[in-house]
Amino acid sequence: MRSDPLRDPVRFVDERTGAAPFLRKALRYAFPDHWSFLLGEVALYAFVVLVATGIYLTFFFEPSTGQIVYHGPYAPLRGVQMSEAYRSVLDLSTTVKSGLLIRQTHHWAADVFVAAIVIHLLRIFFTGAFRKPRELTYVIGVTLLFTALLEGYLGYSIVDDLLSGMGLAIGNGVALSAPVVGGALGRLLWDGPFPGGPAFEPRMFIAHVLLLPVLLATLIGAHLTLVAARHHTQFRRDARTTERRVVGIPSFPGQAPRSLGLLALVAALLFALGGLVQINPIWLWGPFEPWLGTNGAQPDWYLGWLIGALRLMPGFDVTIGSYTLIPNPFWGGVLFPTVVLVVLLAFPWIERRRSGDRATHNLLDRPRDAPGRTAFGLALLSWVVLIFFAGSADRMTVFFGWNYVTQIWVYRVLVWVVPVVVFFGARRVCRDLRDAERIERVAEATARAPEPGPGGA
Amino acid sequence: MSAGARIAALAALAWALGAAAASASQPPIVRPGNEARLSTPELGRELFAANCARCHGPLGQGRFAPSPGIFPNGGQGPPLLGVGRQAADFYLRTGRMPLREPHEQPERTRVELTAREIAALEGYVAALGGGPPIPAPDPARGNLAQGFQLFTEHCAGCHQAVAAGGVVTGARVPPLDQATPTQVAEAVRIGPYVMPSFSRSDISDVQLDSLVRYVEYARRPDDAGGWGIGHLGPFPEGMVTWLIAAVLLVAACVLIGERLRRS
Amino acid sequence: MRPRELFVALLAIVGLARRRRRRRERPARVVPPGAPSPRAELAVLALLLVAALCGAGFVVAYFVHPNTQVLGAALAGALAAIGAALVVTAQHLVVTEEVEEDYPTPNPEEQEAVAQIVAESGSRLTRKRLLGAAAGLAGGALGAALIAPAVSFGPLFDSSSMYATPWRRGRRLVDVDGNPLRAEAIDFASFYTAFPEGADRESIAAAVVVVRLPPATLRLPPGREGWAPQGILAYSKICTHAGCAIALYRTPKFAPTQPGPALVCPCHYSTFDPARGAAVEFGPAGRPLPQLPLTIDAAGELRAAGNFSGPVGPAWPGVRSHPAS
Repeated sequence: MRSDPLRDPVRFVDERTGAAPFLRKALRYAFPDHWSFLLGEVALYAFVVLVATGIYLTFFFEPSTGQIVYHGPYAPLRGVQMSEAYRSVLDLSTTVKSGLLIRQTHHWAADVFVAAIVIHLLRIFFTGAFRKPRELTYVIGVTLLFTALLEGYLGYSIVDDLLSGMGLAIGNGVALSAPVVGGALGRLLWDGPFPGGPAFEPRMFIAHVLLLPVLLATLIGAHLTLVAARHHTQFRRDARTTERRVVGIPSFPGQAPRSLGLLALVAALLFALGGLVQINPIWLWGPFEPWLGTNGAQPDWYLGWLIGALRLMPGFDVTIGSYTLIPNPFWGGVLFPTVVLVVLLAFPWIERRRSGDRATHNLLDRPRDAPGRTAFGLALLSWVVLIFFAGSADRMTVFFGWNYVTQIWVYRVLVWVVPVVVFFGARRVCRDLRDAERIERVAEATARAPEPGPGGA
Repeated sequence: MSAGARIAALAALAWALGAAAASASQPPIVRPGNEARLSTPELGRELFAANCARCHGPLGQGRFAPSPGIFPNGGQGPPLLGVGRQAADFYLRTGRMPLREPHEQPERTRVELTAREIAALEGYVAALGGGPPIPAPDPARGNLAQGFQLFTEHCAGCHQAVAAGGVVTGARVPPLDQATPTQVAEAVRIGPYVMPSFSRSDISDVQLDSLVRYVEYARRPDDAGGWGIGHLGPFPEGMVTWLIAAVLLVAACVLIGERLRRS
Repeated sequence: MRPRELFVALLAIVGLARRRRRRRERPARVVPPGAPSPRAELAVLALLLVAALCGAGFVVAYFVHPNTQVLGAALAGALAAIGAALVVTAQHLVVTEEVEEDYPTPNPEEQEAVAQIVAESGSRLTRKRLLGAAAGLAGGALGAALIAPAVSFGPLFDSSSMYATPWRRGRRLVDVDGNPLRAEAIDFASFYTAFPEGADRESIAAAVVVVRLPPATLRLPPGREGWAPQGILAYSKICTHAGCAIALYRTPKFAPTQPGPALVCPCHYSTFDPARGAAVEFGPAGRPLPQLPLTIDAAGELRAAGNFSGPVGPAWPGVRSHPAS
């Protein structure tokens, strides 16, 4: 037999794994063709970069709050007492040759990862891709989003710098505000009162490098398996794209170079940011101490909606006599994100009940085709986005000179008024667009219809 | 108007409103006609009477109650007896004084007074009741690490970790990138407007040298990571994520996607 | 068979065999053919060359000039060039084709078969409900046993650590360097951070912020007469909203035109009035900052005259955090 560089390896693998039938189907799997279907892949590739850069960082990071005095090359911190964790990140940033590049790429990848998930979620929501039979895929996706938020929070908090330490204090305050169990929950997670026992730092570390990445990877695997098992949804394009038949580009040779190219471009952008745009310069903040604070302290962007909610709340604890029942951070830090999470998770079933539509859907809606869903989604989005902007009101004071207290009061009104306006406005626009199309179709049909003969029709 | 033009117009309006609120312009300086022929003390007296007395009182004793007829809110201003050259130098050289309205926050503006006029007014204020001289900090003698620690403990809460400015309820906190070492030292000792003041028993002169050295460093801190994007932390980082990264990635998807329709 | 017929038969067999061999050598195409594109191939070659140069550049820079910007640009360049090469391949070097597939259809028979298998397997069970309850009991107990060690993550039931403070009557106030605070050194219009002498500074119940106000302007809650000797006040430096440090102090130099004194938190701008027992003036904090009573000892140094007026830091459900009315 002549040796065949292509067939020999294929035969070798199939004889030992039986993979050929699967590969034959997989290589010709149909990917419906629309640019917005690539957004989920962007998130996936950001995750790949996160894992790769994260593994490198774990080889240098020291997850310990043991105190040492710094004697390294960064002058403004020489002679300063700090934790081993902070010192190890300082060394990564100043001494390890590509340490700062990998650190910054890792952090940019986290910010971009969550942003990509959000953009992907918006596409899924406004095209109705979450409907039967994909509710499970969607639920896994929403869970991925909120897991990613926690993972990112832990990631920048293990560094023990002033900025993230303030964020941990707030996290502790929010945990304490949980109804009934708050006090116990805070003590349990932090191993005592804030700033926590010596076990807290390793706890965050192991959650960040093992527990949550494994959870994320498992959920992503399940998410992708379900997507393939039920096949991708598609837009209605021509007579061939129906609820029963999917038309698209085969994964090989058509889709594969596109997806791999996107992987390379996402990685390129993240490394470009990691090398050229500074992120989280922890040497400028200094190490965390519970009695220190800096102005302009913010969490990473994907938690900005929570700081906005915390800042907007008027100052009251719910009390009975002198006993506190519901501490103030509960409303913005616990109730608000829980409401958003529950609404997002339950939405496929909420929509099914409201519309009575229990059929299987493989064809996507355009946003205008589902006015109720689009209006609700935009209203919910405007609510969250306005609260997010309220969290940066102090920056607006610094840049534009707007009075801070006035801004807070304006936002307190806007966050309730604007979503209502957006809901009714968006619904009207969708309906008008649909009606306009229907009128156009009728006009075209009558224009093509034969003239009635003499004697009338 | 296109959507883009509308957004640009709104942004300009917002900036203008804010700039107006920040009110970065001084009232016009009233100068004596024969200024060049006056001696320095005489000039100081004339300038004070024409520009400062309406709020600070003709002898710098202060006006505690509003004086109707002077400004819509009446002229009110703190007494200047004993504030010394130090305070006069700070407020005049940074353009914080003269103030347009008594209830406004004094902020850094373009200085309309000439150097001679400032020196004359400083002399006049110093003669009002003595007071501290202009400090002479020496940042080169200071220790950068000590300065960073002092700044974080005493200043960062309002001014932000690298002096990029900030907010306190009811007032704006300025960034320090334009402050000279002398002005930083003066502000630390005076505590202008609602800023706390720190005396020698709290921050010694040696410590002040270190503090000033750190403020100088903070103007151009170590940006080993690349473009510093304002050293404000997650706020500009989020803007880069959405306005640069997300835009580029969506553009990449649009570019790569949809082969069938194009070919 | 006659020789001529044998010859024709042989020809036919050979001809058939040849046709079958030809069919085996030329099966129908799965992927349709496409026209070559030499320019695109050239572009891909060039891009891959650029990628190789950038990659090599990264390795060289790593040893010669490991500057973060140079390394990042080199690596990004290599990846971008590879990405561009792949995109060019996708657009111009791979045939454009569409395939169609059926969406998966429901499997009612398999669903029924699965249900049937499970149902039929229980034919020997007569007390299904009881067995199910017992299994639930066993599983629940095992689950509780597996979870139980988690209560040791921290002091779950013992909340005394949340109330404990390192302050005692008579303990001296010291600054961050350990020097005692003298009353005469506490200026008006300034603020100081103080800790209990000899205690753990990391505890949130340790740090206090000390300010001095004119005694005539003080309006402290009842029962705190004497807590502020000479108008010197000490409040916990940890915000009662969510636990950040109260790092801002607003202090007017001229009361008629400037906002009054306030301790402010940088996280959510909770604003506390030190003249009125750190009552909340603005912001989301739900209760005032706890106040530490002070005395001035014979040597003129500040000492604590007791413990805080209430629990330090953010509240939790059930804590007696509000002043008993």
